[in-house]
Amino acid sequence: MIAVLKTLVHLAAALPLVWLYYGAVNDTIGADPVERVIHFTGIGALNILLISLIITPLAKRFKKPVLLKFRRLLGLWAFTYALFHLLNFLFFELQFDWRLFIDEVIDRPYITVGMFAFAILVPLAVTSWSKVKRKMGKSWQQLHNWVYIAAVAIWVHFYWSIKSDIYEPGLYAVGLIWLLSLRKDRISRWLFKRK
Amino acid sequence: MLIKSKKSYQLTDNDVTDEQVYVNRRQLLKSMGYIGAGTLLSQSIARSASAAPFDFWGGSDQASFTQQALNYQKAPATDELLTPEAKVTSHNNFYEFGLDKSDPARNSQGLKVKPWQLTVSGEVSKPVTLDYDDLFKKFPLEERIYRLRCVEAWSMVVPWVGFSLADLIKQAAPTSKAKYVAFETLYDPEQMPGQRSRRIGGGIDYPYVEGLRLDEAMNPLTMLSVGLYGKTLPPQNGAPIRLVVPWKYGFKSIKSIVSIKLVEKMPPTTWNILAPNEYGFYANVNPDVSHPRWSQASERRITTGGLFARNRIATLPFNGYGEEVAHLYKNMDLARYY
Repeated sequence: MIAVLKTLVHLAAALPLVWLYYGAVNDTIGADPVERVIHFTGIGALNILLISLIITPLAKRFKKPVLLKFRRLLGLWAFTYALFHLLNFLFFELQFDWRLFIDEVIDRPYITVGMFAFAILVPLAVTSWSKVKRKMGKSWQQLHNWVYIAAVAIWVHFYWSIKSDIYEPGLYAVGLIWLLSLRKDRISRWLFKRK
Repeated sequence: MLIKSKKSYQLTDNDVTDEQVYVNRRQLLKSMGYIGAGTLLSQSIARSASAAPFDFWGGSDQASFTQQALNYQKAPATDELLTPEAKVTSHNNFYEFGLDKSDPARNSQGLKVKPWQLTVSGEVSKPVTLDYDDLFKKFPLEERIYRLRCVEAWSMVVPWVGFSLADLIKQAAPTSKAKYVAFETLYDPEQMPGQRSRRIGGGIDYPYVEGLRLDEAMNPLTMLSVGLYGKTLPPQNGAPIRLVVPWKYGFKSIKSIVSIKLVEKMPPTTWNILAPNEYGFYANVNPDVSHPRWSQASERRITTGGLFARNRIATLPFNGYGEEVAHLYKNMDLARYY
C-alpha cells in the first residue's frame, strides 16, 4: 500500500516535469519556453517544500505516523525541482555564460538569496540516506533544521523576483508563517540553544 | 536624383526561417491558446474570465476580437529574423488584463475599440480628436520593423504598422510651453479586469500613464502603431493605437491610448511611481545600467525554436538606434537619468 502511494507521489512529481520539457523543447508552451521552465520549476520547488513541511504537523494532529514515510521523498523532490530551476537558469536563460552567472549571483540580491537557499538544500539532500542519518545521530536533526531557513530564503527569493504583484507572495507568506508557527517551540529552541 | 540613405531601423532582407511558422500561425496561436486555457490558467483568472460577458475560450472563436487587414507601405526587406506573429500576440505585459504574459491574449478579446477617441490636448493651439477611423486614415500608414527590448531582458523583432507621432503632434500645433508629452491608457474597469481588481492588475494605480520629452516624441523613430503583421492590432498588443519607442524599454510603449497631452513639466509615469529606483523616466535601453533584478548587458531574442534555441545576444546602447537618438542625450549622465 505504502509502496503504491509512494509510486503515485513519484509520478505526480515527475510527470509535470516530463510534460514541461516535452512542451518546452517542442515550443508549444507559450511564447517564451525559457521563462516558462524557470517559473514552473521554481514555484514547483516551493510548493513541494511547503507540502513536505506540512507532513509532520499533520501526522501529529491526526496521529498517523505513517505519513512521515513521505517526508524524505517530498523533500528530495523539492530539491530536484530546485536543481532543475537552477540548471534552467544557467543553461537556458544564461546559455552557459558562466561569467554572467557568477556576476548575477553576486549582483542581484534575489539571486544571491536563491543560491543561499539552494546551498542549504544540497547538504540536506545529500544526507537523506538512512545510513548517513544513522551515522550522524543528533547532528542530523540539527542540520535538517536549516530547512526552515531555506524555506524563508526561498520565499524572499520569490518575492524579490516579482515586479509588482504582492497577492501571490502574500498568500505564500501566510502559509509559510503558519507552518513555521506550528513549530515555534522547536525553532526557538534550536535558534537560541537552551540546553 | 533621388538619394535614399538607409537608416539603421530599416533592417534588411528575408524571413527564411520563419516562413513555416508564419504560414501556420493561426494553428499555432490556437494551440497555444488552448494550452493556456487548459493548463496554465489560474483558477482565479478562469473565474473572472467566465464571469465576463465574453467567454473567449469557452465558446466559439466568433466572440474573439477580429483584426482587419491594413493598407500600408511595406517596410524594406530585413535580414533580422522576425518574431513569429503568434509569439508577438501571446507574450504580452499588459497588466490591465492580468500579470502572466499569457493572460492578456486570453482576457482582452472582448475589448471594444469602436467607437474610440484619442485626444491631443494641453499646450497646443489646435487640439485634435481622432475617432476610430481617423486612426487609420488621417496619416498614411507605413510598416516599420523595430526591435522591441523588454526591461526583463527579452526582446522581439516586430513589423509594426503606423505613423510618426511627430505628424500628429505637428497637426495640434504645440505652443512654446510644450516641453513634454503625457500619454494615458484607456481607463475602463468594466472591460479591463486588472483595473477592477488589485489582484489581477498587480496593485498598480490605473490608468497607466507614460511620458516623453517633446524632442523624443518628435524623433522620426517614435511611432504610433495601429497594426502589426499587416493587420490591425489585437487588444493584447494595445488596440487600437499604441506608442512604439524602439530605443526605450518596452514599458514606455504605452498601449490603448486615449489621451496625448502636451505639458510643461515632466509628467508622472506608471512604473516610475511604482519603483523610482528601478524605472526611471527615460528608460533608454542601456547595457551598462542594470536593473536591480536583471543585468541589461545581454538579452534573449524570442524567435522560433524551443528550449534549446541559442538566442542570447548582446544588448546595444539605445537598442541599436544610437545613430538616430544618441544626440538627444548629449550632455546627460545616463547612469543617473536612466
